[in-house]
Amino acid sequence: MDVELILKVYPYFLKAAWITVELSVLTTVLGLICGALGAAARLSRFAIVRFLGAAYVSVFRGTPALIQLFLLYFGGPQIGIQLDAFCAGVIGLGLNIGAYMTETMRGAIISVDEGQGEAARTLGLSRAQSFRKVVLPQAMRLMIRPLGVNINAQIKGTALVSAISVVELTYTAQRYIGSTYKPFEMFFLAGILYLAIITITGKGVAYLDRRVRLQ
Amino acid sequence: MGLDFSVIPPFYGTLALGVLWTIAITAASAVLSFFGGILLAVVALYGPLVVRLPFRFVAWLFMGTPLLLQLFLIYFGLAQIGVDLPAFVAGVIGLGFHYAVYNSELIQTAMVAVDKGQMEAARTLGLSRRQALMRVIVPQAVRDVLPPIGNNMIALLKDSALVSVIGVSELTLSAQLAIGRTYRPFEFYAAAAVLYYVINLGMEAVLRGFEKRNRLSR
Amino acid sequence: MTQTHPFVEIRHAQKSYGKLEVLKDISLSVERGQIVAIIGPSGSGKSTLLRAINDLDPLTSGEVWLDGLQVNKSLPHRQYENHINEMRQQIGMVFQHFNLFPHLTVRENVTMAPKLLKKISDKEADALAEEQLDHVGMLERIDYYPSQLSGGQKQRVAIARALAMKPKLMLFDEATSALDPELVEEVNLVMKKLAEEHMTMIIVTHEMDFAASVCDRVIFMDKGLVVEEGPPELVFKNPTQERTQVFLRKHLEGAK
Repeated sequence: MDVELILKVYPYFLKAAWITVELSVLTTVLGLICGALGAAARLSRFAIVRFLGAAYVSVFRGTPALIQLFLLYFGGPQIGIQLDAFCAGVIGLGLNIGAYMTETMRGAIISVDEGQGEAARTLGLSRAQSFRKVVLPQAMRLMIRPLGVNINAQIKGTALVSAISVVELTYTAQRYIGSTYKPFEMFFLAGILYLAIITITGKGVAYLDRRVRLQ
Repeated sequence: MGLDFSVIPPFYGTLALGVLWTIAITAASAVLSFFGGILLAVVALYGPLVVRLPFRFVAWLFMGTPLLLQLFLIYFGLAQIGVDLPAFVAGVIGLGFHYAVYNSELIQTAMVAVDKGQMEAARTLGLSRRQALMRVIVPQAVRDVLPPIGNNMIALLKDSALVSVIGVSELTLSAQLAIGRTYRPFEFYAAAAVLYYVINLGMEAVLRGFEKRNRLSR
Repeated sequence: MTQTHPFVEIRHAQKSYGKLEVLKDISLSVERGQIVAIIGPSGSGKSTLLRAINDLDPLTSGEVWLDGLQVNKSLPHRQYENHINEMRQQIGMVFQHFNLFPHLTVRENVTMAPKLLKKISDKEADALAEEQLDHVGMLERIDYYPSQLSGGQKQRVAIARALAMKPKLMLFDEATSALDPELVEEVNLVMKKLAEEHMTMIIVTHEMDFAASVCDRVIFMDKGLVVEEGPPELVFKNPTQERTQVFLRKHLEGAK
């Protein structure tokens, strides 16, 4: 292992890791918004809205995220969508993870609604009231852990934007592998940083999960 | 520049070849990830400590880093130590090993959950520990986690697009090839998306059918 | 050599888990073709003793012999594994919870071990499965999966599975305890049939009536010791030890 080289290049990796963190945060936020909207759509009373929700999930989970990203970034200009690489990355990956989060949230809501929603409605609460006061608060607790799994996958998923030249961790590692011919060192360096981001995020999710379970 | 899907037909052959390669690399990697997953699970649970500990470390490393990064490591790393693999083989190893680690986690959990009486019954008949593992414990564990392993294989299909970056001429790279000639990214990426979607549907149907057939033996 | 040895012999069997001594210096022997019942309260060590015979629960000290060979011979690990696998092929065992292999059909449950260990052909294996399943009255369910069978049927298949290895000795570990009362008889009938064919059997059981009608000898165990043994008519009718009397009184009252 070429320690000298690692010490020389690590500042660039740190900078790149920060971009990966930014991407992860922004795509997660966008993913949560898309997921909430998607889940609402899939549970809607209107068949057409349910269909749109189902189509969103099916298309985005049924095709590779890389293709979605390329379609948006390279194909977008043809239909009047001009985005820089970073924005395209955030929007593309956010929409993609949103489809997975839709299913996570929907699953949690359904599993609570089966017993609890019925109980609330027999007490005389309206559908909307029982959803807001009874179902949603419980479903939120239930979905934290599986959403954590989605977020974990998403952090690794940000590597895809290296293919549209966003200078994040994987792009940086790839470039230095090309110029130094030291793939193991570069993998090691980038790997440690990914593991750090993922471990810290995992701890955060676990903390949140414990907190809401105590309430 | 508007959309013009009439640019696609001249490249039907290119795309078809891409589809075949995508199916080939997915199938090969899926097989590797399946049997590799079983092997890794058995080693992780029953191997000697000197094998178990490094294995846990590598599993942790591979589950905590992006597949794309791992593909670069395998493709360029193996070249560096003198093993010059064709891109296709490097892609299969990368995809297959990545998913083998995930499958192994599933299988390990299921193996631990198999009733203790199963091992006892097998050993009582005179089977060795290894025979009991391979004939009794592993088949039951694998059967129990077939649905999530199937989900991993469907995820693997979509991740097979990543091997385009190391030069495997599967569907994504075929689309890029056509784009290089026509400068029509939207049309060809959309076409690729449709093709992936169809392969995905086919694969889901096959896996569900397989699971149904397996339901009785539990 | 003029010296004859018993068919099954347990010499000074002792077993402890930490400070807890579950078997305290037990010696007993069983002749070829004999049927022996081991009875006693739960926690008396009777299952542990049975499971020591095929080394499923290894003894802390003591020896187990079968037909002139020591089962729990001390050997280097590799050699011991080969040795014990061969010994176990000669000792059939039937469990309380059947432990059929759920991923295999009834036929495959019976043929797996003979095919694997005795290298018999598919054709021979099929004939063997049919013979053994016919013997226990389960031939018509040969291509079912265990999940499609009742408890009594599962246990009969488990007996056929053990018999397919042509064992010299059969061990029954509370083979009917997990069954619904109406399913006990079909399993008892199979065991009686084996008794009539002079299979050597050691049976851990709660069923005093069955033990009395089938067995040549009854062993009463309590707290890791053999308290009393003898022919069933003596042990059941005129137990000499107080602990046996107390146990039998409780048990026979409970049963009636």
